[in-house]
Amino acid sequence: MKETSFDVAVIGAGVTGCAIARELSRYNLKVCVTEREEDVCSGTSKANSAIVHAGYDAVPGSQKARFNVEGNRMMEALSKDLEFDFKQNGSLVLCFAQEDMPALEELYQKGVTNGVEGLQILTGDQVREMEPNVTDTVVAALYAPTGGIVCPFGLTIALAENACENGVEFLFNTGIESVKKTESGYDLEAGDTLIHASCVVNAAGVYADTFHNMVSEKKIHITPRKGDYCLLDKEAGTHVSHTIFQLPGKLGKGILVAPTVHGNLLTGPTARDIEDKEGTATTADGLAEVMEKAGLGVKNIPFRQVITSFCGLRAHEDGDDFLIGEAEDAPGFFDAAGIESPGLSSAPAIGVYLAELVAAKLGAEKKESWNGKRKGFLRPEKMSREERAALIKEHPEYGTIICRCEGVSEGEILDAIHRRPGAVSLDGIKRRVRQGMGRCQAGFCTPRTMEILARELGITMEEICKNAPGSNMLTGEKQEGAAL
Amino acid sequence: MMEHDIVIIGGGPAGLAAAVAARKAGIQDILILERDSCLGGILNQCIHNGFGLHTFKEELTGPEYAARYIAMAEEEKIPYRLNTMVIDISKEKEVTFINREEGLSTVKAKAVILAMGCRERPRGALNIPGYRPAGIYSAGTAQRLMNIEGYSVGKEVVILGSGDIGLIMARRMTLEGAKVKVVAELMPYSGGLKRNIVQCLDDYGIPLKLSHTVVDIQGKERVTGITLAEVGPDRKPIPGTEEHYDCDTLLLSVGLIPENELSRGIGVTMSPVTSGPEVNDCLETSQEGIFACGNVLHVHDLVDYVSEEATLAGRNAAAYVQAMEKSSEEESGEESGEKAGKKAGHQVPLKAENGVRYTVPQTLDIVNMQDSVTVRFRVADVYKDRYITVSYDGNTVLRRKKKVLAPGEMEQIVLKKESFSDYPELKNIVIRTEVE
Amino acid sequence: MEVRELICIGCPLGCPLTVRMEGSEISVTGNTCKRGEDYAKKEVLSPTRIVTSSVPVKGGVIGMVSVKTKSDIPKDKIFQVMKEIHEASAQAPVAIGDVIIPDCAGTGIPVIATKAVEAKA
Repeated sequence: MKETSFDVAVIGAGVTGCAIARELSRYNLKVCVTEREEDVCSGTSKANSAIVHAGYDAVPGSQKARFNVEGNRMMEALSKDLEFDFKQNGSLVLCFAQEDMPALEELYQKGVTNGVEGLQILTGDQVREMEPNVTDTVVAALYAPTGGIVCPFGLTIALAENACENGVEFLFNTGIESVKKTESGYDLEAGDTLIHASCVVNAAGVYADTFHNMVSEKKIHITPRKGDYCLLDKEAGTHVSHTIFQLPGKLGKGILVAPTVHGNLLTGPTARDIEDKEGTATTADGLAEVMEKAGLGVKNIPFRQVITSFCGLRAHEDGDDFLIGEAEDAPGFFDAAGIESPGLSSAPAIGVYLAELVAAKLGAEKKESWNGKRKGFLRPEKMSREERAALIKEHPEYGTIICRCEGVSEGEILDAIHRRPGAVSLDGIKRRVRQGMGRCQAGFCTPRTMEILARELGITMEEICKNAPGSNMLTGEKQEGAAL
Repeated sequence: MMEHDIVIIGGGPAGLAAAVAARKAGIQDILILERDSCLGGILNQCIHNGFGLHTFKEELTGPEYAARYIAMAEEEKIPYRLNTMVIDISKEKEVTFINREEGLSTVKAKAVILAMGCRERPRGALNIPGYRPAGIYSAGTAQRLMNIEGYSVGKEVVILGSGDIGLIMARRMTLEGAKVKVVAELMPYSGGLKRNIVQCLDDYGIPLKLSHTVVDIQGKERVTGITLAEVGPDRKPIPGTEEHYDCDTLLLSVGLIPENELSRGIGVTMSPVTSGPEVNDCLETSQEGIFACGNVLHVHDLVDYVSEEATLAGRNAAAYVQAMEKSSEEESGEESGEKAGKKAGHQVPLKAENGVRYTVPQTLDIVNMQDSVTVRFRVADVYKDRYITVSYDGNTVLRRKKKVLAPGEMEQIVLKKESFSDYPELKNIVIRTEVE
Repeated sequence: MEVRELICIGCPLGCPLTVRMEGSEISVTGNTCKRGEDYAKKEVLSPTRIVTSSVPVKGGVIGMVSVKTKSDIPKDKIFQVMKEIHEASAQAPVAIGDVIIPDCAGTGIPVIATKAVEAKA
């Protein structure tokens, strides 16, 4: 058994875990992040609405309200420090009937109480002026100018890279099987690895209850709440410019329609409670519901231009709020559990809060040198002609386009592979530099990208996986004679 | 900025044939820009036979067919760049491209020929529910991995879509030892050529299930199975008809889409039916001097027709350049204003009706046209014993009986210039199918 | 009299053929050209196919070269031919038409390259 020791072990390399890890990296602490998948951002963080919520939706006084509003305020500066895509495009909550106006008013009041700035109730005509494609039945809307959109991959990867730069260790393909209290902290077992940690941060998404319940008698229960989404081609990306919500019902915020930071159009999610924590299969009913309900708020959505659909699981805790902080009966075990929407928005604030708690617990000091900045991926497509020409001259690999749809060059793919933590799978490359994310959905670039990945990682083509181990792209060489 | 007479975007069968034809028509200064590492385009991975019966009167494989045109292009010493991606074409015909060696370059062309080909519809476009594991390939991607790279993409296979690539891959994978369990087709008829159904499916006892689709994909990491269901006339799955198949691979051959990102960037008028540019009988797009041919214009069934169409585009582009040069020589001349020295034309729209989905070209200049123009089209459904009729302002001028018409196969008719002599004021040409 | 319905594969038209066999007497209807008749007769008497595949190339600029049987081989020999193709490889440079397997599966028909592959510099 391989034994390692850390001051802090963070379970889960989703956006929450990575945000906490980055904040912990400010301190003189030996920190690791364990992740059962092969890469960061492989669970709930990869399949969600990509929204930075304004914060009017959460119950005043709740953890959700607090961290959402704080996280929202942090996002802009963070996006500059870490160079990920974020845009404050503003959001609208549509109201379709006069009798629902009190509910809209209530939402406005909640927002004001939560400290959301700039909220306004607009008339139907005002809304249609801002968004010509909202349906004619809209009578009013709550406008939140602080609502935003973010690339969830970009955010999570930026946090992880910056944490890594500042000394945090990432342990992938490391699914924790047990957490046991010891005299000095906790022992985490994953296969033949044993991790001793003084403190544990539980940021395990839909599995957070499993880990919490291993050490605490105060049991929690998380229900995976499944949501199907449809992503549309960039040609449809300007159909709306704000994030369009419908007045929330019992099962969440309804079906939203939003542009993405990369210029696509996203619609979803459905909300179905399931038991299977792995149940990320879309269903025909779910996809049909997305299309039907999205049309209630926004007309003429060109669903013919769907390029992919996907399903994400929100980690819904029975108490209907985030559980953030040290477990009462398990000192040194910190939860970031029940992180469903607005988890993406809240992650930066949760990171700061939990890191401070952990640091205080361990009496850790801040490092003298900490680099809170991270360089984003070079994007030749966004450069001026001169800059791009100069870049290719110096690095010819930026002159070989691999992904036609998104214009991704070999240089960007190499960058994705060689950063830390780097991409080791096709999805890892996709999430970093958008190879295969376009309208042909990796039809052309898959073979080329596989070759590059095999060459750079020194593995065979047969070992290349789409994502986690077992998701091999090939089933062997065609011929016995081919291995010459 | 470097200048060229003709810049051709794409070095596949369309680009090559256009280049050769333009050179033969007397244009010296031609440049082909190809994004792949070799000329020949998709033919390189189409290692099966069946190409060239019309063009070369013999049956060739894809690479052999490509090699013939590559040889012609090399014999004509037509310059080309490989591994070169065109990223923008302006209305002024400035073509910007990138590659490793030259970095970012822009050249100015007198004429541009669009020959970018097409791409496959992905899974996402079908909204097939289920997981998103490895092992779901568009048929062409699998074809490349197998034929060019030499890898096996799967051992137990279900194919959705009976387009030609899907059928070809059913046989190909079978020959390489995979078990192809079924080919499912949403429509009540196959989208592929009949001979491919015979030679690729029937020969190997692979069942073809018409009016069926995939309603679920199982498997978290790699595909472990799929569920098929029968669809009704509305193409929606019929509950209770679900059948499960264990498999590790799902191949999709569910349609091809002309790759017109660059064309849209120029702003040429696009046809919503073909997803390609609208063209006149010179295969010129709405933007003067920009021509289109091959699968970027509309998806073809046979490469032979691509070559034929591209040859025409090459010749017309050459004529355009020559006329331009002539008119600039006669610069000070009296009758300027006429487009590239042409006589005032009479553009007549071609309309597709009653079972004819579209026509290429979409307009015809009955004054300046060649002696004859081939009009290509596809039909909307499988029809038996129907007539294809052509009418000029409501007068039927051509009526041809067809035993069978199918959407998978491109149809063509030839319109002769002399047939328009009685119609100097012609308003429209209608092509339609008729029952009797 | 035996009657078989075939679809002609001689060209994309795919004519539906009806073949009537009475002893050695074979009549074909439904074809639009002579090739259809020839195909139908051959298909009922001794069906043949061209087999295509690809084999690895040693020392070439690319790793695989596409191949085909130079002419039709009996349909029932397809998998035997494939077995031999699976065991074959080529040495760069390869020219179109180069013989890869001289006599494939005892058919007397060679398997030849359908693509040129230059030798790696």
